[in-house]
Amino acid sequence: MRQLGFLVGWLVKALVVVLAITILNFLLIRLAPGDPAIVMAGEAGAADERFLAQIRSDFGLDRPLLVQLGIYLKNVLTLDLGQSYRNQRAVVDMLFERLPATLLLTGSAYLFALVFGPLLGAIAAMKARTVYDSALMVVALFFYATPIFWVGLLLILVFSVQLGWLPPFGMQSLIPVEGTLARTLDILRHLILPAVTLGLFYVAVYVRLTRASMLETATLDYVKTARAKGLPEWRVATAHILRTALLPIITFAGLQAGHLVGGAIVVETVFAWPGIGRLAFDALFQRDYNLLLGVFLLSALMVVFFNMVTDILLRVADPRIGSRA
Amino acid sequence: MSFLKRFAENRGALLGLVILAAIVFVALAAPVLSPTDPWATQGRPLLPPGSDFVLGTDMLGRDVLAGIIHGARISLWIGVLSTVVAVVIGVSIGALAGFFGGWVDDVLVRVVEFFQTIPSFIFAILLVAILTPGLTSIVVAIAVVTWPPIARLARSEFMSLRSREFVEAAVLSGVSRGRIMLAEVLPNAVSPLIVMGSLMIATAILTESALSFLGLGDPNRISWGYMIGAARTVFRQAWWLSVFPGLAIVLTVLAINLVGEGLNDALNPHLKGRIGLER
Repeated sequence: MRQLGFLVGWLVKALVVVLAITILNFLLIRLAPGDPAIVMAGEAGAADERFLAQIRSDFGLDRPLLVQLGIYLKNVLTLDLGQSYRNQRAVVDMLFERLPATLLLTGSAYLFALVFGPLLGAIAAMKARTVYDSALMVVALFFYATPIFWVGLLLILVFSVQLGWLPPFGMQSLIPVEGTLARTLDILRHLILPAVTLGLFYVAVYVRLTRASMLETATLDYVKTARAKGLPEWRVATAHILRTALLPIITFAGLQAGHLVGGAIVVETVFAWPGIGRLAFDALFQRDYNLLLGVFLLSALMVVFFNMVTDILLRVADPRIGSRA
Repeated sequence: MSFLKRFAENRGALLGLVILAAIVFVALAAPVLSPTDPWATQGRPLLPPGSDFVLGTDMLGRDVLAGIIHGARISLWIGVLSTVVAVVIGVSIGALAGFFGGWVDDVLVRVVEFFQTIPSFIFAILLVAILTPGLTSIVVAIAVVTWPPIARLARSEFMSLRSREFVEAAVLSGVSRGRIMLAEVLPNAVSPLIVMGSLMIATAILTESALSFLGLGDPNRISWGYMIGAARTVFRQAWWLSVFPGLAIVLTVLAINLVGEGLNDALNPHLKGRIGLER
């Protein structure tokens, strides 16, 4: 029963976000200077009167604003995000085609950050005020201040151009590899650099958060009790301090999911990764607003999804959270 | 211990301050340090660092050093301007929510939460693209996506200060609520807001660089992000075109972060190391 309530809660939340983003999208197009029909047509046949008339009737642009909003909402809820006039294809189809690549990239980066951030942060906290701690904190401070796209370019320069270890762009080799296993390995090899690029900033954030959180937790009474019981130091650190200290980090990771999806645009552009971010970049240059608005809506949904994953993780880390609801 | 003394004892913060001062100086003195137009062709294209040009030239023979010097202006300017706008929006909304509570608070908190769910960078891209790229649209876009954390902070500060005696005394003596919020509550909430604001400048600079990298910068002003983005097609042959502007961004953001964290430790010792990370 509790699981069902949880699921319904999330569906409602997703629906509210879709609704709100849809209204925002609607307003954004009307915020643009000039005729919304021309804006939506982008550079594709903006001069063609028949084409513009078609868009106007599709979106009811000649009717009152509220009616237009109604039409727009109905379209979105029936999964009709309109046409990409530039590509002559339905926006929904283009988005779904690219979704797996982006999920793979952001998911890997998220996992990479959530594993290495707390791990290194815990090491820094356990070795607080030693050389290891200082070195880790300086590195974290550096990556915390680095633009993601620049890290990507540097990694390509070092690992692809200089060392030749990893492919610099794309998701698969240009010459297709035979066999499922070989193809999977090929994709993984292509995944490493982009996922590390996207994840490094968040590793830096979580290292700093974990360290601060652990040092704070270490002063609490139950930790002293654990030590007084004679538990070995590493057990106190992992089972007692880290477990509690992880809660704010997981919460924060959920909040950061939106950034992660945004960062994917930049990373996919740098690595020519065939996902939604790359699609957004192309749409940007073709002034293909319908497509761009679709990307916006889908990425907001991805944030809701990442929030849900975070919530599940929180329940695993702290059973009290589930039972409280 | 006084604020200055606490700040001065923080070596990282002092280092940050020195770097930041140098960058601000370069930005202010750009027309003197590099009098020629950074957009103008100065020599042969793609000259490596050294020779006549310390940091080399780009595909069109423009001086990379001149670009970096002039780029400092736009980075700092957009960082400061967009943060000021974001702080004004955030503090206004947070103050109203925290001070009035009740349904006002409920509604405003929902708005803040919604803006935190929106993928902020994509929203910023959309805003800049639709409003057409330029200084104003970039500042507006960055401000619109960065105000929520400030609003949350202002809300919690106003909420806890509202029930304090000096505020109640002011209410009883008939001072208008607007005046109480501005003259009584705000000055007491200002130090954590300053800390978060200073750290937001760093985030704003990173966001601006990413927008410019994608080609959404102000087309009339050279910026570090633009330089890296424009050189993307040749970056494997000409590493200096992306490495040096990138270093400029890192140094600036790092310096601001160090100063911001130093301010935090000095102004709010009880919040040591907490505010900055929750942006």
